[in-house]
Amino acid sequence: MSATVEKTADEPPKTADERILQTSPLKKLLSRPELGSVVGALAVFVFFAVVADGFLNASSLSTVLYASSTIGIMAVPVALLMIGGEFDLSAGVLVTSSALISSMFSYQMTANTWVGVGVSLLVTLAVGAFNGFMLTRTRLPSFIITLGTFLMLTGLNLGFTKLIDGTVSTKTIGDMEGFPSARAVFASTLSIGGVDFKVTILWWLGLVALASWILLRTRAGNWIFAVGGNQDAARAVGVPVAATKIGLYMGVAFGAWISGQHLLFSFDAVQSGEGVGNELIYIIAAVIGGCLITGGYGSAIGSAVGALLFGMTSKGIVFAEWNPDWFKFFLGAMLLLATLLNAWVKKRAEATA
Amino acid sequence: MARFRTWAVIALTGALSLSLGACSSTGGKRAEDARNAAAAQGRAAVNTPRWTFAMITHSGDGDTFWDIVQNGAKQAAVKDNINFLYSHDDDAQQQAQLVDAAVDKKVDGIILTLAKPDAMKAAVARAEKAGIPVITVNSGSEESKAFGALAHIGQDETIAGEAVGDELNKRGKKKALCVLHEQGNVGHEQRCDGVAKTFRGTLQKLYVNGTNMPDVQSAIEAKLQADRSIDSVVTLGAPYADTAVKAKGDAGSKAEIDTFDLNAQVAAELKSGTLGFAVDQQPYLQGYEAVDLLWAYKYNGDVLGGGKPVLTGPQIITKDQAAALAEYTERGTR
Repeated sequence: MSATVEKTADEPPKTADERILQTSPLKKLLSRPELGSVVGALAVFVFFAVVADGFLNASSLSTVLYASSTIGIMAVPVALLMIGGEFDLSAGVLVTSSALISSMFSYQMTANTWVGVGVSLLVTLAVGAFNGFMLTRTRLPSFIITLGTFLMLTGLNLGFTKLIDGTVSTKTIGDMEGFPSARAVFASTLSIGGVDFKVTILWWLGLVALASWILLRTRAGNWIFAVGGNQDAARAVGVPVAATKIGLYMGVAFGAWISGQHLLFSFDAVQSGEGVGNELIYIIAAVIGGCLITGGYGSAIGSAVGALLFGMTSKGIVFAEWNPDWFKFFLGAMLLLATLLNAWVKKRAEATA
Repeated sequence: MARFRTWAVIALTGALSLSLGACSSTGGKRAEDARNAAAAQGRAAVNTPRWTFAMITHSGDGDTFWDIVQNGAKQAAVKDNINFLYSHDDDAQQQAQLVDAAVDKKVDGIILTLAKPDAMKAAVARAEKAGIPVITVNSGSEESKAFGALAHIGQDETIAGEAVGDELNKRGKKKALCVLHEQGNVGHEQRCDGVAKTFRGTLQKLYVNGTNMPDVQSAIEAKLQADRSIDSVVTLGAPYADTAVKAKGDAGSKAEIDTFDLNAQVAAELKSGTLGFAVDQQPYLQGYEAVDLLWAYKYNGDVLGGGKPVLTGPQIITKDQAAALAEYTERGTR
C-alpha cells in the first residue's frame, strides 16, 4: 500500500506510531516490487554480454530494446490491471483487432488513414469497456470473461477480414493520405548517433512514466492498489470499484491500440490470425516484474524490466547462436526464478520491517 | 523395509531381463544408427573462408516440414564450410525482429521466408543496406524480386494447387474437400484456390485448428458424415493426411485422401494404397539450394533463376514412386 498518511498536528511526538517510522533507504529499496526483476535483468544482461558475440553492439541493443518495447507497451497496462486484481486474456488478439479495424476502415471508406486510427481507438476502447462492464456486472471471474472476449475477437478478426477483403490479410494502405504522418508517429525510426532506434521505445518509456505517476502520485493509483488488495474493504471506504476496474480494462485497450497501430504502420498490411498467445507474454512480463497474481502489489517499472528480460532472452539466444528450440524452456525457468526471488525478497523485507 | 527391498530387487531384475531379452530386430534406434552410418559423411568440400549464413523462417515450434528444410541446409553448410544458424517464429513481428538480429550480427548471408511479406519488407531492406545478400525460400515468390532478394527457391502454391486439380480430374473425382489447418495463411488459400481453378468438380473449404489434432479429426469426420457425396479429401500438410485417414475410417466414408507434402507416414500409406497421391515440394532442396546458392554468390557472384523463382515443385507422387521414397522419408530428407 502506498497510501499517503497525513500527520495530524496535535499528535504527541513520543508515541512511536509504526505508520510514521523512518525506514532506512536500504529497507525501502528491498521492499520495492521490481527489485527481484532488476537483479535478474542485470544477471541476464551480463550473461549474454559474455556469451553472445555482438550482443553489446549499439545496433544489437537497439534491436533488443525494440523487441522489449513491443512487449512492454502492453505489459504496462496489463501490470496495472493485475495490481487491480484482474486478468485480461483478450489483450493479445485485441492488438490485432485494433490494427485490422484501422486498416480496413481507412481502405473501405477511402478515408484519410487518421480517420481509421481514430475509429480504431474508439472501437478498441469500447471492447475494453465491455470487458470491464461485464466483469463488474456479472461478478464472474475476469479469467472467464476475457477468455470469452479472446475467443470472440479471434473469430471476428478472421471472419471480418475474410468477409471484407476476401483474403486473410488486409489490403495495403501505404499509398493513402495520412499514411506517412501516421507512420512517423507510430512506426518511425530515429537515428541517434548513427544508431537507429524505433519510436516504440519512446512510447514505451512514456507509458511507464505515466503509469508510475498514476500509481504513486494520484488518487486513482491508490484506488487501483485498494481494489486489488481487498475489493470489499475498498468499496466500504468509498472507492469506486466498478469505475476503477472498467478504467483499467480501457487502459489495456489503449495499449492494444498503440501496439496495433504500430503493427499496421510498420508493416502496412496485417495478418488477421496473429496475436494469439501474446496475452500470456504480457502477463509473464508483469509477473516477472513483481506483480502478484492475487493483485494489490506490483509496479509499472517492474513490468518494463520484465519486458526487457523477455527481449534480452529472445534476442540474446539468437546472438549467442543457440538453438531457439530451447527458448520457451528458458522463459519458463526465468519466470519461476524471478517469481521465487520476488517472493523471497518480499518476505525478507517484511521480516525486517 | 526389508520387504520393500525384496520387491525392489525383484522388480529391477525383472525389468533388466525384459529389456535384454526383448530386443526388436526391426526399427528403433539401432536401425537409425545404421541409416546414419550409410548417410552422407559430413566434411567440407571447399576451402572458402568460413562464412556465417542465417536462416529465419515463419515456422512454429516443432514442425516436420521445416526439419527437412533444415536438414538440407545443414548438409549444404557442412559441404560449403558454412556456419549455419537457424531461427524461427510464427509471429510476423517476431520474425522481422529475428532478421534484424541477424543483420546486427553482421552475418554473410540471410535466407528467409516471406509468408508475411509486408512484415518482412523493412527487415529485408535493412539487410540489403548492410550489404548482406538475401535469398527467399518457400513462400513469397511474388515479392522476392521486388524486395531485392537474389533469388527465390520454392514452390508456386497456385501452380501446385492446379496440379492437384488436374490429378483429381484424372482420377474422375466429382466433389473434393480442401482442409486448411492454419487460418490466416495466404499460401494455404492459394493452394485451395489453385485446386478450384483446374478441378472440374466442386471444391469445398474446411477450416480446422491445426494445433489440435483431435479437433482436426472430428471436424473432418463431421464433414464426411454430413456430406456423403464427398469423394476426395485434400489436406495441406503431411501430418494431417493420416488424421484424415482416421476420420474417414470413423465416418465410414469412401473418399480418397490426398495430401500436400510428404513424411515417412505418408510415404508408407502411399505404398499401401491408403492414400491416393501426394504433391511434394521437396523441402530438402529448398534448404540445400538456398545455402548452396548463397555460397556460389559469395564465391563466384553467381545467381540462379534469372529473376524468376526457382521451382522445387510440384512433384506428384503416387503408389509407383512411393516405395523408392520410403528410405528417404525415414532419414528425414524427403
